[in-house]
Amino acid sequence: MKLLWQLFLAFARVGVMTFGGGYAMIPILEREIVDRHGWATEEELMDYYAVGQCTPGVIAVNTATFIGYKTAGTLGGIVATLGVIFPSVVIITVIAGILTSFAEVPAVRSAFAGIRVCVCVLIFNAVLKLWKKAVVDKATLALFLGVFLLSAFFSVSPVIFVVFCAAAGILLTRWGVRGK
Amino acid sequence: MIYLRLFFEFFKTGLFAVGGGMATLPFLYDISTRTGWFTHEMLADMIAVSESTPGPIGVNMATYVGYVTAGIPGAVTATLGLVTPSVVIILLIARALRAFRENPLVEAGFYGLRPCSVGLIAAAGLLVVKLALFNPALYAASGKLSELFNWKAILLAAVLLVCTRYVKKLKGLHPIVFILASAVVGVVFSF
Repeated sequence: MKLLWQLFLAFARVGVMTFGGGYAMIPILEREIVDRHGWATEEELMDYYAVGQCTPGVIAVNTATFIGYKTAGTLGGIVATLGVIFPSVVIITVIAGILTSFAEVPAVRSAFAGIRVCVCVLIFNAVLKLWKKAVVDKATLALFLGVFLLSAFFSVSPVIFVVFCAAAGILLTRWGVRGK
Repeated sequence: MIYLRLFFEFFKTGLFAVGGGMATLPFLYDISTRTGWFTHEMLADMIAVSESTPGPIGVNMATYVGYVTAGIPGAVTATLGLVTPSVVIILLIARALRAFRENPLVEAGFYGLRPCSVGLIAAAGLLVVKLALFNPALYAASGKLSELFNWKAILLAAVLLVCTRYVKKLKGLHPIVFILASAVVGVVFSF
């Protein structure tokens, strides 16, 4: 019971201290999980993180479930996940509540019109960063262009693209098209 | 039953969004288009809030969408929906961690999934660009091509692009700095 509570608190701290998720989370995980509690070694942490990236879902959540499970079984996995999402739920609910009541104020509207411009740039930068790891040969360039154009100009569920591209990745590798 | 639908929609997002935070974005646009629970404008604002508050972006966006759609219970339902597939999948493969990671089939699948994820995010980004940098409604009303472009916004975007990519002193800064600066510019120049 005490261990579960510790897991919840440790991951709630990770949730509070992580801005933006992804790589920003690694130093905080190291301090909480490796240094403070010794629940995992540094190498194990990197392993969990790598698997968290290549399983569906939010990376921070995947990593939390992993460490929780290794430390205290299935229940530990669930408790660690609840810990990591707890601060988000509280903080975002408060902010969303405030924002929805001020959404019609002209200054707030102008501020968000400015912010939207920034969001364009942030997404563009995120795309460029991911692009370097993802588009590595002609086949992946074709997949990128196909998904981008079809998704931009037709209303197709993203699920269809995900399933198709996973299958395409397997077939392209098997056919030896990869890397050309 | 709105809660059940929220849970299902976010369960689907959690199951198919591969590659972290921004990968949830195309799914949220898809939900917005199909259900009308929230507008495309609100989604762009949610991204800014999610980037500027603690916590993983994907989780923040789910909470925000859930709250806007169905209040506090909605926020909790959407967030739990998003994480459920993760928890189930991780618990299933936790025993065979290395075997999973080194499985050639899994690795080949991700070879195809990565460009897919980037393509979907780029297409979702295009929707934000249309919203933030263009005035299709103004253009439709007046027919003047010069009114199609939101010049103030395009200028701000160019400045931000240079600052976040090329100015050495600025490009390492946290996105929250640029988001706040853009909010100030938006108010001062009445965007």
